[in-house]
Amino acid sequence: MSEPTDVGCGVRRIVHRVAAGDIERGGAASSEVTAELRALGVPAAAARRAGIVAFEGEMNLIVYSTDGGTITVEVTPDAIDLTFEDDGPGIEDVELAMTPGYSTAPEWATDLGFGAGMGLINMRKNSDRFEIDSRPGEGTIVRCRIFRGRS
Amino acid sequence: MKLTELAELIDGAILVGQDRADLEIDRAYAADLLSDVLALTDESTTLVTGLINPQVMRVADILNVVAVVFVRGKHPSDAMLDHARRAGIPVVMTSKTMFETCGRMYENGVRPCRNRPMSGAESVGSSTG
Repeated sequence: MSEPTDVGCGVRRIVHRVAAGDIERGGAASSEVTAELRALGVPAAAARRAGIVAFEGEMNLIVYSTDGGTITVEVTPDAIDLTFEDDGPGIEDVELAMTPGYSTAPEWATDLGFGAGMGLINMRKNSDRFEIDSRPGEGTIVRCRIFRGRS
Repeated sequence: MKLTELAELIDGAILVGQDRADLEIDRAYAADLLSDVLALTDESTTLVTGLINPQVMRVADILNVVAVVFVRGKHPSDAMLDHARRAGIPVVMTSKTMFETCGRMYENGVRPCRNRPMSGAESVGSSTG
């Protein structure tokens, strides 16, 4: 587990590296993120929403990214910012990827109960702000903000 | 109903949480698909599942579920049970099917959690980006 770093102005940052294809560790980083948020005094409802967002984003990095990626969590006095970044392959059609039930998950992932095509949607549902920026051949960044006081 | 009553009702064994006999179980969600669990489980809900993989306990922990019931005689791994102990989540195991487990729980007063599946319109309309 990476320790939260104080980056000034009351902001704490935690960075988790996620390896592509490492299904065995899938969800481990998110489980740690949730525990870290609880330890930092984030209200239970916000920590839970952040945990769900982290889990869905972590599984996306594991199942879809070419070389893995990072989850960066920044805890400010008002909000939790989660950023998921990878270097590819990128999403051809973001709108299509945001359609409930649409999935390009490989068979090994669906065999394990993942890839139902609800991940990005569930990330958006549990976020107060949600942004996705993806370029085929370059990579994807998903940014989610959760206000601490909302449930 | 209490955790011990639940275990008796489904001929189950309490693998973790023997010291939490009086824990109240009043709502449940049953699924074998983690996406559904993540999208539809409320807090203070007991999770009923036949899914055995390392993700189940991580998800249960993130979601603050009250207890996990493993059905169809699926035995959780030592690593899963360790996680349950660390997170303080009781684990019950039964050889009954998902259907019978849920039926017995419902018959004895356990109710579904509040959440409902998202409709297409709702999921599109909730965009805040």
